[in-house]
Formats: sequence, C-alpha cells, structure tokens
Amino acid sequence: MKGRVVIVGGGVAGMQTALSLKALGIESLILEQSRQLGGKLTGWHLLFPTFTPAQDVVAPLIRAVRQSGIQTRFGCKVVSVDSRRVILDSGERIDAAAVVLCSGSTLFNAKIKEEYGYGIYDNVFTSADIEQMMNNGKVAMADGRTPERIAILHCVGSRDEKVCQRHCSKVCCITAVKQAIELKKLFPDADVFNFYMDMRMFGPGYEELYRRAQIEHNIHFVRGRISEASPLMDSRVQIKAEDTLTGRPLRMSVDMLVLMVGMRANDDNAFISSSSGAELAENGFFKPRNSFMDNVLSTKEGIFLVGTISSPKTVGQTLNEASAAAIRIAEYLRYGN
Amino acid sequence: MRRGNWEEYQKSIADDNYYYARSCIRQNFFPGSEKAFLDIVANRLGRNIYDDPLHSSCTGIGYHSDIVPLDTIMAVVARQFALMNEAGYENLVSSCITSFGIYTEILSTWEEFPETEQRAAETLYKATGRTLVKPKNVAHTSDVIFHLRKQIAEQMTRPLINVRTGEPLRVVEHIGCHYAKIFPKKGIGGSEFPYVLAGMIESWGGEVVDYPERRHCCGFGFRNYLVQANRGYSVANSQKKLESMAPYRPDFIVCNCPGCAMFLDKWQYTIAEMEGTTYGQGGVGIPVLTYEEMAGLVLGYDPWQLGMQMHQVDVEPLLDKMGVEYDPATKYLGVNGKYIGKPEQAVVNGDCPSGFYSMLSL
Amino acid sequence: MATNFGFSISKPRVIDMDANNLRKSDDILASMPQLQSCIGCGACTASCTAGNLTSFNFRKVHTLVRRGEYTGVYEELNKCMLCGKCRLLCPRGINTRAAVMTIKRTLGDF
Repeated sequence: MKGRVVIVGGGVAGMQTALSLKALGIESLILEQSRQLGGKLTGWHLLFPTFTPAQDVVAPLIRAVRQSGIQTRFGCKVVSVDSRRVILDSGERIDAAAVVLCSGSTLFNAKIKEEYGYGIYDNVFTSADIEQMMNNGKVAMADGRTPERIAILHCVGSRDEKVCQRHCSKVCCITAVKQAIELKKLFPDADVFNFYMDMRMFGPGYEELYRRAQIEHNIHFVRGRISEASPLMDSRVQIKAEDTLTGRPLRMSVDMLVLMVGMRANDDNAFISSSSGAELAENGFFKPRNSFMDNVLSTKEGIFLVGTISSPKTVGQTLNEASAAAIRIAEYLRYGN
Repeated sequence: MRRGNWEEYQKSIADDNYYYARSCIRQNFFPGSEKAFLDIVANRLGRNIYDDPLHSSCTGIGYHSDIVPLDTIMAVVARQFALMNEAGYENLVSSCITSFGIYTEILSTWEEFPETEQRAAETLYKATGRTLVKPKNVAHTSDVIFHLRKQIAEQMTRPLINVRTGEPLRVVEHIGCHYAKIFPKKGIGGSEFPYVLAGMIESWGGEVVDYPERRHCCGFGFRNYLVQANRGYSVANSQKKLESMAPYRPDFIVCNCPGCAMFLDKWQYTIAEMEGTTYGQGGVGIPVLTYEEMAGLVLGYDPWQLGMQMHQVDVEPLLDKMGVEYDPATKYLGVNGKYIGKPEQAVVNGDCPSGFYSMLSL
Repeated sequence: MATNFGFSISKPRVIDMDANNLRKSDDILASMPQLQSCIGCGACTASCTAGNLTSFNFRKVHTLVRRGEYTGVYEELNKCMLCGKCRLLCPRGINTRAAVMTIKRTLGDF
C-alpha cells in the first residue's frame, strides 16, 4: 500500500478515526478545510443528555491528535476522491492507502423556511445561535430584554418535502429538550413551549430527560408544527400552529422563537460521490455498504465513512464509528477487502 | 420592514406590447382603476397596450365556485390566448389575481399534462375555429406597474407623504392568495415576503407596515362568499386582518387583487353596520385602494376620475393627508357630469344612525 | 338598530394563548405535576367507559385545560364515571382519576 490513510475532515469523527488508527499503528493524514480542528462541535455549548460541555470532548481530542504527532493540513478543500488518492482544489494530488470521509453534514439554512422569518425578524433564532449565545454567556432578546415566553420549533429542515429534506435529523428533538431546560434554568419565570411533530427520544436517558423537562421544569409540549411567524409591534413574534391533540388552531406571541435546524447532506457530497464511485442515499448522505455489518464502509472499496457523512447521528455514535472504522481499515490494509 | 432578498424571486416581465385582459370585479367595483392603468401605461409611460373588446371573463369565479368545469375554463382561456395571437401580441397582462392564477395554473397544467392542452386546443377549434397559441409572457398588471415604478416615480407629483407631518404614509399591503400562494416563483418576492406592492410603496415615498395577519386571506373564498349563509366566515377573515392591522394605524390598505380590495373595503362597512366597529383613525374605516388608484394619485390624477367615489370607505381622510385637491361637489358626478346617486349614511364613514349605539350599549 | 344582513360574523376557533389565563391551569399542575408528563397516547380515552358512549375525551379535555380553555370543561368532566380503568393503562403513571377530580375542584362550575 502506497501512502497513508487520508482522513477528510478534522471534526470529532476525523480526529477519533486518526487516534484509533494510531493506536493500531497506522499513520494517517487529516485534511481540514478550515483553519482549526474541532468541526461543528466548536462553538457548541453543552451536549445532551448529560449537559457535558462540548469542550470536554473536543479539547482532549485536539490535544491527543497534537501529542500523537498525527499530521494535519488546514485549508484543504477536497474536490475529488478515489480509493488511492485525494485531489485538492489547488490541483495537488495526495496518495492514500485508504480514504475516510469524515466531512460531516451541513446545518440547514433556516432562511429557506421563509415563513419563520429567520434573518428578518429580530427575535427568531436557530438552535446553533442559542448554543453560541450560551457560550458567550448572554442569552437575551435582540434588544437585550429578558424573554418571558419562548417557543422552540422542532424539525426545521427535517421531515420536510418542501425543502427536499425528507429525513429525520434525529438529534434535534433531544437538543430541543436540552435547550428548553437550559433556557428554563436561565429564565425560571419564562414559559417555554416546544412545538413538535413526534418526540423521538431514541437514546439512553433521553426519554427520562423529556419526562424531567415536563414534570420538573414545567416545559409545555404542543404537538403541532408552527405554520408561520409574524412580527409584532414590539419586535416580539406571533406564531400559529395547530394544537393537534385538541384539534384547534393555536396562536400566541412569544419573545423568542428558536428553530431547531436539522442536518442536511453537504453540497459537495455529489462531487465526491461521482469522482469516487461511492454511492449516495436518496437523502444525499453517503450510503453504507450494509446497514448492519458494514456501517462504516462506503459502497466503494477503500473508502470509509465515519460520522454524519452517512446520516445524522450523535457525538457518541460518531466516536464509536471512528473506532469501528479503524479496525475495518486495518483489516482492509492487511487483507484487502 | 426588513426583508430577505426579494430579488431571488425575480420573474420576467415584458417591457412593452401588452395584451390587456380585464377583470370582472374590477370593472364593476373599481371602474376607474382599469381606465387609469391603460392611461398610465399608454399615455404617461409610452407603452403599447391593446384593450381587446373581443375578450371575455376568464370564468375563474365560476370555476372556483364549482359552477364552471375545468374543460370549459381551459377552452375559455385558450380562446383568450388565441385572440391575443390574432391581435399580434404575445405578452398577456391580466388585471385580476384570480385570472392570473387561472392563466398560470392552466399553462402549468398544460405543461405537466400535454393531453389537456391538446383537448383545450381541439375544443377551441371546434367551437370557434380559432387556433391556440400560448403567450410568451404572462404578468399581472401590478407586475407591470412594479416594473415601471421608477418611471412613475420620475413623474410623481404627490408622493406617499403626509403633507401635514412630512412623514411617509403608513401603508398596509395585501397581495391576494392566488398571486403567489399557488406558484411562489411567479410572484415578485415570493409568497411570504412579497415585494410587488411594497416595491411601489417604497418607490413612491411611503412606508410599508408589516403586521401579524399580513399573509392571511381576505376571506373572499368564492363559494364561501357567494352563499349568504357562509358569509359569516368570509367576513370573519377580513375582520381578523383588520383587528390585527388597526394598532399599526395604517393610512390606507392597498390591494393587489380585485376581490381583496372589494372585500376589505365592503366588509368594513358590513362589520360597522353589524357591530359598530371601525378600524381607522377617528372612528372611521381604513381606506382601501387598488394599486392603479395609488399610482394614479401619485401621478396627480383627480380622485373622482379614478373612480374613488365608488369606495364603501370614504377616501377623503387619505386625500387630505396627501394634500390632494378635490371638489366635494363633483364627487358623485359621472364622467358626463350626470349625477350618479349618493350612498346612504354609513357607520364606517362616521355617520351614526340614531339609536345604533344605544342599542349596542344595552 | 344594528343591520341584519342574514348572517352573523363567525367567532374564531383559535386557542389564543395571549388572551387565555393559565393561572388555574398552573394551580392544577402545581398540585399534580405528573399530569404534565402526558404524551397524548390516548390510552385513557380508548378505554374510557363514558368515552365509548359519549363525546367525552379525557386526553383532549385536560389538554384544553392546560391551554387555558376552561369553558364547558366542568360539564364535560361530569361525564366521567370514575371507573378508574384509564389509570391502570396510563404509560406515564398519571393518576387520571384523581386528575378528573382535581380539575373539577379547581375550575369549579366554570
């Protein structure tokens, strides 16, 4: 085998893959598009369902990558991939013994759901904005006031044919419960309403957290998708939904509307797929070779998948996949596949 | 109001040589609007526009009321297109949102299901001997005014400014459901933040006022209005909008759709007569204008020439704010100087019939 | 005299959370926090003795109360036969039978 294992993406998926490979004695090179390691988790505040600071996951991984001497190159935009090499937008070709796609997914652009007025109305935010505000230590309305009523809308850019995102982004429900509790802790006098279509509490401790949000934090859950947001005179927002459990339309004004943006497939997945021959699923994410035995293998030999490149998933699942992929890569390098 | 990028919803609007398709409602309830449109486009802005006496109703109201079958309306629309072609035009301009919706929807249906176009062409040929030729460009009349708004601004004599305060007039706009809710990309600015009327208002010095129920339907609803027993929820929709906009103290409402202009105007009368409620300032209604009337006013037309005496809600408070000079004595004189009759007193115009409020306060 | 046009203006069906007062609902939830854990599964209504013969729907009624819609609730809850079957089924362990009594007591003859 010529060259090292090339890892595309330096988020938690790429870092853990490199570390797991290193532990097996396999050298790798991380190609990161931005100027730093950490990926999407950089800038995230706390992780569900344990309220663990995201930095407690990201920082040790970055430290370990540096200490173990794993080579990392920044500002590398990958335009073409096959199982033997990666081509950058500069035209540079990098030989690879195997390629691991760890380039994750893209947060849905909430502006596309025009009816919610994100970017137009001052007090409409995304889940990512809230994490940023939490990190900055200042969560407030646009004019600095303390919110008294907050609505959180699930499934923005998920399960929505209108924006070509049919899939469930999986982590937003539990993120919404987590953020609702965080907001309620910050503003104990505020009413927090979560508008959901289904509550998908699939992970360990998630349902329990949902129950605690209901009983201990008095967070209101309304089953119904918000149909539109409109401005009020004082820059607050009016929302409309159906309270489907009572079968009646519901209207209320809120101080803040938080949109739980989903994960969508990266735009460049299509180029990487067509150059490499690794197939995409209908939703634009990379398709695993087999959903049970070969989750971390793409449909093309020598190209591996870790993290949200193949579907929305949690940090924990991503890290597990990294370890699993390292073992499969070692087998591939030794025996072929 | 801050907006997203309305330019993402650009559509092509022909610059000249229009074939004009009139509106049933507008001709009856706002008769000066269509005349003003033709005059502005042809005489003020020097465009060629053809008002064809041969063309008919699009039958959209009948269609949406389950009276006119789909094949029939397709044949009627095919005939309008055939007439346009015979007259030597290829840019259709529809004066009505219902018609605009019908034309775009039928063209799209013909695109998706070519056999329906075939059938409409055959029906047309058998019935009239005419040949279907589809238009190159379909626009609504407000699209044309929007397209020409800067040229209108150059000739403007009365901007949308309150002459007493020097402040911009506060304008509420209503684009009508079938302008962009069927095909958001066929409407300037899309359906959530439409810019077709807002662009005119901003170009002519006014201020667009956003309000919570801006996107809500006026409540016309075709069959919902046509059956008397159902009018209760037609009027309730207008009422919802009026209640929502009233706190913003708009100086007037401008409508895109003939039906919306009619209902937002006349339901104000109805609500005032039934419940004694008015939504404007000083105990009267909020004037409701068509965009042609708005364009006419800024270009210096006489309000009575624009047909504004036909409104249910008196427009004089707005005319006074704009500094429009008008002769109250000629309000109810028709084009030939003949008296056209005067409406009875109405609560919406501040006339309080004796005993009305004493009854309400019981 | 107000004019009669042969129809009346329809009243909105919307639950207006700005107009509704949640104080009584908050009182109910404070005395019975478990009621907040309802996930709307409908097992209570499916098994309801009264609900199979009348329009009584406990899931819907208590949800309306939590939105501040109190009108008619007391009469509606009078349809409950207090058999207790719903309580046996609730996956969240809500004492639904007690909830009926708590809501009635708090709202009174609203």
